[in-house]
Amino acid sequence: MSTEGEIATELVRPPRPAPGSRRHLRLLRGLAWTLLTLVVTFLGLLALTFFIGRVVPIDPVLAVVGDRAPKAVYEAARIRLGLDQPLPIQFLNYIGTILHGDLGMSVSTGRPVIEDLSRYFPATLEMATLGIIVGVVLGVPMGVFAASRQGRWSDQVIRVVGLLGYSVPVFWLGLVGLAVFYARLRWVGGPGRLDIYYDGLVPPVTGLILIDALIAGDMEIFMNAFWHIVLPGSVLGFYSLAYIARMTRSFMLDQLAEEYVTTARVKGVPERLVLWRHAFRPILVPLITVIALSYTGLLEGSVMIETIFSWPGIGNYLTTALLNADMNAVLGATLVIGAVFIFINKLSDLLYRVLDPRARR
Amino acid sequence: MTDLAPRTSRRDWLLDESPSSRLQARLGRLYRLALALLANPLTVIGALIVVLLVLMAIFAPLIATHDPIAQDLSKRLLPPSGENWMGTDELGRDIWSRVVYGAQITLAIVALVAILAAPVGLVVGAVAGYFGGWVDRVLMGLTDIFLSVPKLILALAFVAALGPGIENAIIAVAIATWPSYARIARAETITVRNAEYIVAIELQGASRSRVILRHILPLCLSSMIIRVTLDMAGIILTAAGLGFIGLGAQPPLPEWGAMISRGRAFILDQWWVATMPGFAIVIVSLGFCLLGDGLRDVLDPRHGEQR
Repeated sequence: MSTEGEIATELVRPPRPAPGSRRHLRLLRGLAWTLLTLVVTFLGLLALTFFIGRVVPIDPVLAVVGDRAPKAVYEAARIRLGLDQPLPIQFLNYIGTILHGDLGMSVSTGRPVIEDLSRYFPATLEMATLGIIVGVVLGVPMGVFAASRQGRWSDQVIRVVGLLGYSVPVFWLGLVGLAVFYARLRWVGGPGRLDIYYDGLVPPVTGLILIDALIAGDMEIFMNAFWHIVLPGSVLGFYSLAYIARMTRSFMLDQLAEEYVTTARVKGVPERLVLWRHAFRPILVPLITVIALSYTGLLEGSVMIETIFSWPGIGNYLTTALLNADMNAVLGATLVIGAVFIFINKLSDLLYRVLDPRARR
Repeated sequence: MTDLAPRTSRRDWLLDESPSSRLQARLGRLYRLALALLANPLTVIGALIVVLLVLMAIFAPLIATHDPIAQDLSKRLLPPSGENWMGTDELGRDIWSRVVYGAQITLAIVALVAILAAPVGLVVGAVAGYFGGWVDRVLMGLTDIFLSVPKLILALAFVAALGPGIENAIIAVAIATWPSYARIARAETITVRNAEYIVAIELQGASRSRVILRHILPLCLSSMIIRVTLDMAGIILTAAGLGFIGLGAQPPLPEWGAMISRGRAFILDQWWVATMPGFAIVIVSLGFCLLGDGLRDVLDPRHGEQR
C-alpha cells in the first residue's frame, strides 16, 4: 500500500544502505562492546574479592600449617601457597585458579567450594524465580491500576505497599509469616524444601525440585515442594512486587500524560484499551529492565530469607560460612552472586538495546 | 508623624518576591520549602517519625521504663502488660526499654554511614565528572566494581573480613553505600560542568579544587540529601540484617536486628520478642522513605516518579 505520506517520507529519507548489513554490524559492535565491559567488570569483581581476601586478619598460612609449625614448614607452606610473590603476580595466579573453576576448599563442609555452590544454587534459583513470578503477576497490574486512579485511596494504598517493600526487613517478614501461616494457620509447609519424609526420593535432574518432581511424574512430591516454597517465595515476591508496582505506576503516569493518550480518549477508545493497548505497550521495554533489576534484588533477599527458612540455597551457605569464618566459601559465594548480578544487569542492558529502537542508534 | 504603612506580617516578609537582604531570601526559601513539605500529609508523617526517633534517642533514659541491660530471670518471656509494655525477653529484660535505647544505635548507624559515605561519594563523583577523560574512567570503573555486587553481600563480605562488631558493620555498610552517591554526584556535575558561570569562575583564575568545592558541590547537595534520606531505610535494613545474622552489633547492645535474631527461637510461643523490634524497624524505615519521597517532590521537580 503506497500512500502519499509514505512517498513523501521516501523522498526525504537518505538512500537506504544495503538492507540489514549495517544494522547488523552495529548490533555486533554493540555486542562486542557489551562483552568487553562484561569481562572488565568481572575482572573488577575478582579484584574486589581478592582484596577482601587480603584484608582478612586470618593468616592463610597459619590456617594450613597450624600455629605450632616450625619456621621452615611455615615458609614452605607460604611458598607453596604463592604468598611470597608480589601482589600483582598473586592476583594473576588468583585469576588463573578461579578461571580453572577452583574456588578453594570450604573449611566447614570439607568439599571444594565450587561443588558446594553448584549444589546449593538451584534451590536459590527456584525460590527467586517463584518470587519474580509473584512480583510480575501481581505488581504490574497493581502499578497500572494505581496509575489509572492516581491520587485516589486505592492509589495511596498501593503507594504505601510499595514503600513497605523498602522498609520491612525481609528476615522479620519471613519470621512473622512462618509464625502466622505455618505455626498458627497451617496453610503452608515449614522450613526446608520438602518434608523430611520425601527427602532424596526424586532423582535430581535440574536441581529444581518442582521441575524434577514433574519429570519424575510424582505429583505428591510436587505438591509437597510447592507447599514448602510458597511462603518463602511469596515473601520474596512481596519485595519485587513492591518495586515493580512502584516503577510500573511511575512509567504509566508518564505515558498517561502524553498527548496520544488524550487523542485515544477523545476518539472514544474504552479506558481499558487506552491503558493496556496504548499506554502499556511503550513501557514494556523499561519494565524488562526493572524486572531484571528486581531479580538481582531477590538474590540479595534470598540470603536473609534462606537462613529463616533453612532453605539449602546459596544464601544459607553464605551465612553459615560467615559465622564459621570460612573465607573461601564466603568469597566464592560472593563471587558467584556478583557474577550473576553482573550478568543479569548486562543482559537487561542488551535486551533494552535490542528491543528499543531509539536506544539502537 | 505616624507610620501609616500597614505592618507587614512575618509571613509576607518571608514570601516577599523581591527580598531586600540575603537573610530574607534564604529564610524565604526555607519557608517556601517547609510550606511545600507540609502540604503533603505523608511527608508530615515521615518527618514526625524521624523527629520522634531523634527525641527517643536523646531522651532514652527518661522514656525507658526499665534498665535495657539489667537481667531478671524471674521475669523472663512475660507477655506485654502494663508493667512491661512490649513484654520481656529471654533474660527478663524489658523489650520496650530496649527498643527505646535501640533508637540511639540505629540513629548512630544511620548518621555515621551518611557521614562516611556521602562525602566520599560526593568528592569522587564530582572529581570524575569535572575532570572527565581518564580520571573519570578510572574513578567510575572503581565505582562500577563496587556496584557489581549487591549491597548486602558486599557488606557481608567486608564484615567477614574485618570481623564482627558494630563499628565494622558501619564501615562495611558505608563501603557498600558510597558508590551510588558517586554516580549521582557525577551526573549532577556533568550537567553543570560546562555552564557559563563555571567558565566565568575558571577565567577569573579559580583553582580546580575551589571550583569543585565552592561551585559544583553545593549544586549536588540537594539531590544528595534526597538520595541519602531515601537510602536511610536501606541502611537501617542492611545494618539490622548484619545484626540479625550476628555480624553487626554484639550482645548486650539493644540493636533491633540482633533483638529479632534472639527472638527467633521464641517466635512460635512468645511472638512479641521478635515482633516488637521489627515494628520499630518498619516504622522508622517507612518514616525515612516518606520524608525522602516528600523531599524529592519538593526539591527535584524534574523527577517524574511521584506525582
